[in-house]
Amino acid sequence: MTARFEMERLEADVAIVGGGIVGGSAALFLTRMGFKVALLERDWCGAKASGVNYGGVRRQGRPPEQLPLSQRSHAIWGRLPELVGIDGEYVRSGHLKLARNEADLASLVAYNKKVETFGLGLEIIAGEAFRARYPALGDRAVGGSLCPEDGHANPRLVSPAFARAAAKAGAVVREQTAVDHVERTGNGFLLRCTSVGGDALEVRSRILLNCSGAWSGRLAESFGEPVPLSSAHPCMAVTEPLPRFLDVNIGVEGGGVYGRQVERGNVVVGGGRGFALDADRARPARNAVLTLMGEAVDLFPQLRHAHVIRTWTGVEGYTPDRNPIIGPSATTPGLFHAFGFSGAGFQIGPAVGEALAELVRDGHSSAPLDTFSITRFAKADPALSVAAPAGH
Amino acid sequence: MPLLQRVAEKSRRAVPFVLDGRPCEALEGDTILTALLTNGEQLRRSEFSGQPRAGFCLMGACQDCWVRLEDGRRLRACSNFIEPGMHVVTGAQP
Amino acid sequence: MTDTPVHPPIIVGAGPAGVRTAETLVAAGLRPLVIDEAARWGGQIYRQPPEGFHRPKRALYGFEAGKADALHRAMAGILPAVDYRPRSLVWNIESGALDVTPNDGLKGGRSETVPFSHLILAPGATDRVLPFPGWTTPGVFTLGGSQVALKFQGCAVGSRVLFLGTGPLLYLVAYQYAKAGATVAGVLDTSGFADHARAVPGMLRDPGTFAKGVYYVGWLRAHGVPVHSGVRPVRVEGDGRVEALVWRRNGAEQRTVCDAVAFGLGLRPETQLADLAGCRFRFDAMDRAWVPERSAAGRTSVAGVYVAGDGAGIAGADAAEMAGERAALALLEDLGRPVDSARATLLEQKLAASARFRRALTDAFPFPADWAASVPDDTPVCRCEEVSAGTLRKAARDGEAAEINRLKALTRVGMGRCQGRMCGAASAELLAQALGTGPDAVGRLRSQPPVKPLPFSAGILDEEKAS
Repeated sequence: MTARFEMERLEADVAIVGGGIVGGSAALFLTRMGFKVALLERDWCGAKASGVNYGGVRRQGRPPEQLPLSQRSHAIWGRLPELVGIDGEYVRSGHLKLARNEADLASLVAYNKKVETFGLGLEIIAGEAFRARYPALGDRAVGGSLCPEDGHANPRLVSPAFARAAAKAGAVVREQTAVDHVERTGNGFLLRCTSVGGDALEVRSRILLNCSGAWSGRLAESFGEPVPLSSAHPCMAVTEPLPRFLDVNIGVEGGGVYGRQVERGNVVVGGGRGFALDADRARPARNAVLTLMGEAVDLFPQLRHAHVIRTWTGVEGYTPDRNPIIGPSATTPGLFHAFGFSGAGFQIGPAVGEALAELVRDGHSSAPLDTFSITRFAKADPALSVAAPAGH
Repeated sequence: MPLLQRVAEKSRRAVPFVLDGRPCEALEGDTILTALLTNGEQLRRSEFSGQPRAGFCLMGACQDCWVRLEDGRRLRACSNFIEPGMHVVTGAQP
Repeated sequence: MTDTPVHPPIIVGAGPAGVRTAETLVAAGLRPLVIDEAARWGGQIYRQPPEGFHRPKRALYGFEAGKADALHRAMAGILPAVDYRPRSLVWNIESGALDVTPNDGLKGGRSETVPFSHLILAPGATDRVLPFPGWTTPGVFTLGGSQVALKFQGCAVGSRVLFLGTGPLLYLVAYQYAKAGATVAGVLDTSGFADHARAVPGMLRDPGTFAKGVYYVGWLRAHGVPVHSGVRPVRVEGDGRVEALVWRRNGAEQRTVCDAVAFGLGLRPETQLADLAGCRFRFDAMDRAWVPERSAAGRTSVAGVYVAGDGAGIAGADAAEMAGERAALALLEDLGRPVDSARATLLEQKLAASARFRRALTDAFPFPADWAASVPDDTPVCRCEEVSAGTLRKAARDGEAAEINRLKALTRVGMGRCQGRMCGAASAELLAQALGTGPDAVGRLRSQPPVKPLPFSAGILDEEKAS
């Protein structure tokens, strides 16, 4: 080959791989703390799972171990415009988890009790009171649990805004830039990258954050800590604009369909799984879409005469215990992971970014992260802890 | 004055229907779009700006001509035919 | 050795390309499934009026009446030998199967999954449009739509119709309107006289078509219809309906009183299904659009998937008929059946000649590449979501969007009911202009199912699946 491409070299305190809501918010908080940050994104920032998820901003339903972080995130979401410059269509509409039978209502009551010390403000509503308060939901549920301060937002707008705000604050943000190779050097890391245009970039940093979502496994594995991460593709569909009938973000105990109506009138519903086209792309599956539509219209009769105008999915990383991996590497000093949010990273993402920034600055975070240690999988399966050479 | 002007095929059988509560007449074989725009000036209002719309491509591509029946059904006016007794509503939806 | 396919070949679209495809497959002893959105075959150009209309074909199709009639008869003749599903919408393609729902809003109905081994996509084209102030006002229709109103419904889109845009359809539809007794307020061509003159030698490759074009213009002028070239629209005037169009030529503004504007800048191919089928695309400089890659025979990059007609790149109705037949022969070849290879070669030669003529047409009626720069910021580009030109420019200027799908994600352009059919070309042009590049360098809008709005009545419940 005779083509000559530019070779650029960058020095940073912190290199972040992945410009989703976690990497973007880490970049923002670190930059605000005065660190020199290089954020590297293979696609566009916030274009993958962070930007194409359902848009629920929800604490309710999370396992208790996630709630300290989730509560911190709740506070961060409260000052979104100040942080990222847009409101991102974020509304504290409330999140109502429906119980379609008495057993499900009992499990909502049990959850309520289990998390009462966290101060989510949950409220169980059932029977006549439920029907009076949510006439639009008719007889579709026997009751529900409302988290009044939960809500929803537009992920297409919010997630890219974190990386953009980081860039504005002084971070170097490189989109369309793939990290091909990472290795530990004497006092830090060397990242070799290639832009879509073919230009080479070398980044040297003291700290490395692995925030690359469903693709994080490769980087972790290259530092000798493989994780049983799998990809899945939650299905989403949106209707044409409809008269407002739903002013609360709806989930259903036990899973199934979820739905919200945005200010413009479109109803977003989610449920079921899509399929992978290749390692990077996925598409909603016909059966998932048709089932989602059937379940949605069963739950919301208001959709009876409506149309779906678009469906989509994304590529999201799932862990076996559905809890994320957040914290320092067990093999490599200076490396931190934050991935595997298992379909629930949007709300919690900004606090994870903040916690990563604290880890980098202080060596520890004020939020408890032990549950999310990458070592939990090594303990569970010794076969996975076999060390691989770094940066092969 | 109605938007569309009939210039041919005027001897078809009349089809009575109701447009925004007003009894109207179309001709057999009219699309809902033709039935409405030979009796009026618009099909719907934009959900966002509230501005009137009257269709655009007439071949099922632009999706600008969705109308509602009184019973809540939604139809693309250019690709569905008027039927006797249909109640069509064109205003912004409450 | 010949293969008998497990599934019948499927043809999507029953216009000139689809009908000739079906005819060729039937002649070879196959029984294709023909799926079409319309109630009757013919496509847009040879669209048939509903049952009970009486005008002769000469009145409906003018000089093309013979071709229209031949195509209608061809399909009528093979009806017993095909499975014909009119008023049916293919809303998705996934893993070797189509998803089909009734294209009938009153009936609605479930979605059916139809597997295929061989698929010919002939979905046709719609008008290419660019926004200008007031273009969403009732009374502004596409050129093709204006022709549909006349042909399919016996209606003019107004009592004084102004024709605006470029391409052979502009003069044809104006002529058809005038012949039908409608008042034509004028024909405003965005291409210039010099463009037309420069293209004459190339146009003479098809003297018949060229002569027809000259005839329409001459007839219109002779009947007192003002015809202007080198025009740019300034704005539609009128509150709630069209009252006049203000336009500019050589720097001077003029105003034409009218109550309808028929508007189109050539055609754009319907390519969503080819995209969902996984076909590779290329940017076609002549169409200024992304089209599925295809061989001269109509094969795409996906084995068993073929494209023909304007949906594969704009070439016109005559070429569509030939491309449909050629793609059917390719399909038969791929099944190992004997085909008339001399016929196949002849068709390819004729298609190549037709492409040369088409190039001359593009020279004569060039895309107004300067338009994007001149659209005022407050003009809506996306009719569905009402996203303005200024919003798109701002996203490009602020460095937030350097690619069309990114622009869609950040601004909602192309996210509405029409899925970018009406705003896709304009937003690519605006983005390219703002970035100082060409529309080929800003990416291709990815298709997402459903390709058209899908009623919830298509949905299924678990209990039903189980039963």
